[in-house]
Amino acid sequence: MVIKSKPEACFVDNKYCPGCGHGIINRLVAEVLEEMGEEKKAIGAIAVGCASLMPDTFGIDCIQAQHGRAAAVAVGVKNCRPDNMVFSYQGDGDALAIGFSETMYAAIRNDNITVIFVNNGNFGMTGGQMAPTTLEGQRTTTSPKGRDIMATGAPLNVINLMKTLDVAYLARGSVDGNANIMKTKKYIREAFEAQKNKEGYSFVEVLSPCPTNWNKSPQDSMKHIRETVVKTYEMGVYAERRGDNA
Amino acid sequence: MDKQLMKGNEAIAEAAVRAGCKFFAGYPITPQSEILEYLSWRMPEEDGVFIQSESELAGISMVYGAAATGFRTMTSSSGPGYSLLQEGISYIASAELPCLLVNVMRYGSGLGDIFVGQSDYWQTVKNGGHGDYRSIVYAPASVQEAADLVRLGFDKAEEYRNPVTLLSDASIGQMMEPVDLPKIIDHDPDKYDWTASGKGERKFNRITSNMYYMDNFDEYISKKYKTIEENEQLWEEFHTEDAEYVLVAYGISSRISIEAVEAVRKKGIKAGLIRPISLYPFPVKAFEGLKDVKGLISVEMTKLSQMAEDVALASRMKVPVYGITGGTELYEVEDVVESILEIVDGKAKEVI
Repeated sequence: MVIKSKPEACFVDNKYCPGCGHGIINRLVAEVLEEMGEEKKAIGAIAVGCASLMPDTFGIDCIQAQHGRAAAVAVGVKNCRPDNMVFSYQGDGDALAIGFSETMYAAIRNDNITVIFVNNGNFGMTGGQMAPTTLEGQRTTTSPKGRDIMATGAPLNVINLMKTLDVAYLARGSVDGNANIMKTKKYIREAFEAQKNKEGYSFVEVLSPCPTNWNKSPQDSMKHIRETVVKTYEMGVYAERRGDNA
Repeated sequence: MDKQLMKGNEAIAEAAVRAGCKFFAGYPITPQSEILEYLSWRMPEEDGVFIQSESELAGISMVYGAAATGFRTMTSSSGPGYSLLQEGISYIASAELPCLLVNVMRYGSGLGDIFVGQSDYWQTVKNGGHGDYRSIVYAPASVQEAADLVRLGFDKAEEYRNPVTLLSDASIGQMMEPVDLPKIIDHDPDKYDWTASGKGERKFNRITSNMYYMDNFDEYISKKYKTIEENEQLWEEFHTEDAEYVLVAYGISSRISIEAVEAVRKKGIKAGLIRPISLYPFPVKAFEGLKDVKGLISVEMTKLSQMAEDVALASRMKVPVYGITGGTELYEVEDVVESILEIVDGKAKEVI
């Protein structure tokens, strides 16, 4: 008995590490696009890093963006094809370190794109270096004694910056457990709805586990999000604009 | 026919609009800012999009996205700003997307200066970005030619699915000349099957380094560039038939060089000129017919004789290669003539 078949866009198993959150988030994006009837019109600008594994296993039109520039690539796409659903899919090193300027300016312009932002607190693909989102005291390969915020500054809560801007939708979810996965799916849906209604910039941050680089089991990684990560990055909807431009 | 007096930069911008370009993203930098300013009002008139991006990095990234959709798109910059485009250019070439890039050269490295110069030859022609790729590079010597090469550039970019760069300079960009522009054309962004446009009923497209999904990529990409090198060389010759000394100059330097050739011919020196119009591919065919040449003279507004290496290669190193250099201000015809006379008198050192 098939309770729920997987979305067509997930046409082959993903290639992420065991216990990685990207696979869940990829699937949520695919489910939302399919449920909205948008998967045939969707175009993704995919980041460098772990996200770059996505085009191999995600069956929609995708562009491999340069490191950090996915939002700008998406802006170029959306301006040429405004009737297509256009999103960027980026990790935290990509969107907030090297791509901070491109990330913020898409929000500043209120560009009508959706950004799916995966926060797993480190540079995953390159072996677990410190990212802007790394928690205070968190050990990484470039903060072996734990992140010293006197030296690096505090973990970057980008939604706190974006909520001062005139954007359409901001939310932060997580993939630790079914309830939060379903809530995150709702956020992703609302973000794409905002784009469809031409409301402007929508951004969903997703707290995601990286068991490989956190040196934790998949279960402990989920527990870590629940007990620790959410204290720095609170979940919820931070901006929502409806109907202004519909 | 609507011949009008236009600045080089504005002619480039209008020619792009008339070639069906519908998306421009760029950042202010002298001496190319007129392209940006012109398109800021002109693009919307033709239902196109103009974005003043937060940086050249963002601008070329937007152009990358736009190119992926099948629309005609371009950006322009100069010197330090052109350096920042290199990341995106490499990605665009790697994904085999067409677009037009414009580098209105200034002078010098680092901040350099906004004066006339041709010091971006190496970066533009030899690639500033990483990896195995080339951009087709055209160098206009007049406002009219700048406009003509914009149209040709968009066509060649699509024919080869490759970026094309227009290497202009501050003089051509800022001077006003009469220009005859063609009628505006519509470009159909849906005529290609490789675009990111929403998969619809077809298989999805991946816009990325084509090496990932091609078994014979090495052979394919080398053949692509060999084809360009064989078929796309453009140049003009002037008095080369009996020349013993052949000047080689592109863009603004070629105009001064023509006058210099005429001046030294009056002194009995058999001089000629090869004017490369395509810098990649470099017009090596122009050098095949040269006989009894005593010296090739690369005339360029750079202190390091950047193009001279290509001149030497094009002549198979069989002829001495000299350089006449300049920049920051235009050399006068007399300056070039004097340098030619020194070369003829055996007083000048070879570049290579």
